[in-house]
Amino acid sequence: MSRLAAKFEELAKTGRKALIPFITAGDPRPDFTVPMMHSMVKAGVDIIELGVPFSDPMADGPVIQRASERALAHKMSLRRTLEIAIEFRKNDQLTPVVLMGYLNPIEAMGYEAFANAAQRAEIDGVLTVDLPPEEGLECSALLKARGIHPIFLLAPNSSDERIKKMAAAGSGYIYYVSLKGVTGAGHLNTADIENKLQQIRANTRLPVAIGFGVKDAETAKTVANLGDGVVIGSALISKIEANPDDFEQAKNEIVELLASMRQAMDNQVQS
Amino acid sequence: MTEKYNMPDERGHFGPYGGIFVAETLIPPIQELNAAYQQYLKDPEFIAELDADLKDYVGRPSPLYHAERWSRELGGAQIYLKREDLNHTGSHKINNTVGQALLAKRMGKTRIIAETGAGQHGVATATVAARLGLECVVYMGAVDVVRQSLNVYRMKLLGAKVVAVESGSKTLKDALNEALRDWVTNVDNTFYIIGTVAGPHPYPAMVRDFQAIIGRESKQQCLEATGRLPDALVACVGGGSNAIGLFYPFIEDESVKMFGVEAAGDGVATGRHSAPLCAGRPGVLHGNRTYLMADDDGEIIETHSISAGLDYPGVGPEHAWLKDTKRATYVNITDTEALEGFYALTRMEGIIPALESSHAMAYTMKLAPTMNKDEIIIVSLSGRGDKDMQTMAKREGIEL
Repeated sequence: MSRLAAKFEELAKTGRKALIPFITAGDPRPDFTVPMMHSMVKAGVDIIELGVPFSDPMADGPVIQRASERALAHKMSLRRTLEIAIEFRKNDQLTPVVLMGYLNPIEAMGYEAFANAAQRAEIDGVLTVDLPPEEGLECSALLKARGIHPIFLLAPNSSDERIKKMAAAGSGYIYYVSLKGVTGAGHLNTADIENKLQQIRANTRLPVAIGFGVKDAETAKTVANLGDGVVIGSALISKIEANPDDFEQAKNEIVELLASMRQAMDNQVQS
Repeated sequence: MTEKYNMPDERGHFGPYGGIFVAETLIPPIQELNAAYQQYLKDPEFIAELDADLKDYVGRPSPLYHAERWSRELGGAQIYLKREDLNHTGSHKINNTVGQALLAKRMGKTRIIAETGAGQHGVATATVAARLGLECVVYMGAVDVVRQSLNVYRMKLLGAKVVAVESGSKTLKDALNEALRDWVTNVDNTFYIIGTVAGPHPYPAMVRDFQAIIGRESKQQCLEATGRLPDALVACVGGGSNAIGLFYPFIEDESVKMFGVEAAGDGVATGRHSAPLCAGRPGVLHGNRTYLMADDDGEIIETHSISAGLDYPGVGPEHAWLKDTKRATYVNITDTEALEGFYALTRMEGIIPALESSHAMAYTMKLAPTMNKDEIIIVSLSGRGDKDMQTMAKREGIEL
């Protein structure tokens, strides 16, 4: 069983939901990321989404755009993101790592070379924002052959037909984008998410992680009740922006926020 | 024998190029747009309304003008200028915005967004939005807002909101990113009028079809004036909409050579240019696979050109296909050479071209002397130079 499948099975057994932080590799500096990943695991996260910086992050709001810009200023790349994953894996064999980014860095490396490199780095899943399943068959097949989950997005306006397509093409989990917009935007509408989740569940048994618009312990608790996992990104990266000269402080604030979310999510499930 | 050309395929592929590479939230609006486009393309009522607008509002057909003095001076082929600069709003961009705005109206969209580089597409979009009473937001790189301030003012006069984009390199590509972010946020009521033959399918095919009137008219006008087809076509290529508009109706006419002119900026060898077809590599950006200016890691690199409208790291996927199949030839012209083209046309023919079109003029100056006097070149004069007066005056040390 894959690390991701094992994780969701373990969570299901204990009646808990996955806490999934997103950080951009190399932001604010390359040496920040691996210690940050270990600290997040200590704070109780289940899966880590590691953002691959890209010069033109079209689906991201300003916070994650700036994270990419900071990382790229330090010459971060897909290749170096994979090195970070290797470094992390040396001291953590259990926590699944999912790469999240855009297609062009993968195109530049070549699909097969990328799939091989991701396997060597023990990457568990790959979510490519601008690669829908119609265009992604070749890349997905190469990843699947190496035991890596291709993970796809669903949106509030996705039809039954799209949901079925994602369920067939994807594995690991479905990432449900909870609002129409970019990362870090807007406010969640609980009733809308609830309705959509029913529609998704009717079409797939894959676990559903919900992201975009999760800001704090309160929203994490609400969302955890609706899906199988909660993704939080911009709110974490905001802590890095708020402490431009004190990385230790940024790390502490991220850990604190994640710990509060963990607690709120677990209480929710028990109550 | 000339083969039948029927690109793209159903999913928008031109060979390995094109396609739909977008985040999931944009899939439903793209499907909706494609369905509407397929439907109205065949709707006689829609076509009639479009034709009437192109005639009475845009001022078509635009003349095909024989630049006799310039041809004589260069001593080679006869040069004919396709006068897209005489269209309402001053460039070919309006051919496409009129068409897409009619689609938006049919689809019941109340809000129009657009990206712009030189501001010509922004002005053409703001113009049709004003005419139809639609809300209009134009995204423009902060660098371009400064170097094309006249067009910013025109857009504002027309009632559009102009958003200066401060992310990335603050030019056309970043304006496109920001427009895509707007679209993803406002998909329900918003129609995104892309200005060039790039973006996800159906944009490259749809914009081409709206711009193909340039080539259709040119062909007919050339036959009427000379009794034969031209020997060569020349057009500048940023995203490539005026070039594909001119080329497309001639693709099956094998005797007609096609030259797309990219912006070489300081020179292709310096790396400071905007010539992905001449010196880039295939990759994926802004919803399609095409030639891009990118580094070994796949990060998009900054482009350079004196003309804001050519300052873009990608190019329409159909041009990528025409390059690979060798149906068209792609060349490049430096900033300095483009200025020579600018002055030549201005002084020889009394026509001030846009800096974008000046690249096509400069290549024509190289090409015409290598051809015979009974041969014909059609050059796309895609826009007029009014918008560049400040830039040019500043270069000459003149304060306006």
